[in-house]
Amino acid sequence: MPVRLVFLGKLADLAGGGERELDAATGWGALLTTLEPELAAEVACERVRVAVNGTLVADKRTLTLADGDELAFLPPVSGG
Amino acid sequence: MRLIRVVEGPFDPGEEIERFARALDDVGALASFVGKVRGGGAVCQLELSHYAPLTQKGMEALADEAFERFDLRGLLMVHRVGAMKPGEPIVAVSAGARHRRGALLAIDFCMDHLKSDAWFWKRELRGEQWHWIEPRPEDHADRLRWAEKS
Repeated sequence: MPVRLVFLGKLADLAGGGERELDAATGWGALLTTLEPELAAEVACERVRVAVNGTLVADKRTLTLADGDELAFLPPVSGG
Repeated sequence: MRLIRVVEGPFDPGEEIERFARALDDVGALASFVGKVRGGGAVCQLELSHYAPLTQKGMEALADEAFERFDLRGLLMVHRVGAMKPGEPIVAVSAGARHRRGALLAIDFCMDHLKSDAWFWKRELRGEQWHWIEPRPEDHADRLRWAEKS
């Protein structure tokens, strides 16, 4: 079962779409290597938070993804 | 009594607030705020996106905190997402409390947090170009006003 990546805000523009799928589960470092360099640099930036299956992750660098997970990349919010 | 909703289309704040107010008892004060898409500039459309698995949960947590801080009897928060035009309502917040101070502070508190701490992203269509809106330092500062009091 693939892992689903969700890009929010301007990260969706940078990724060329709001969602994409990853064939296999992976850790943070390996995940970054699957992204285009510019996108990888942006999501690695401290201001970008991540959520796995709807729960915010305290330290994204330590995350490991399991099959079927949804990983969301959340850039700084710009107000309601 | 709490009504927390994210809506994907137009809504009528007056109607929402009236229905909410009717359902409240034992309230001496009701304060309400409606935020609209600002007109008069080059912006022809505003689009708000969100991440549903976090948005509702985050707004519920914000409501919990408001109830705890301001001795509320009721709280309404309706936030729209999607594309909207200048003049259209984006957000309505209404708070009912025993006394006015709690109700007034609660809507200010909720708005400061919705602006800087809720999972919404905003972009504007100016001419034919979309522009993402970056977080403003003022919004962050507005939220910090509440930190020292907790």
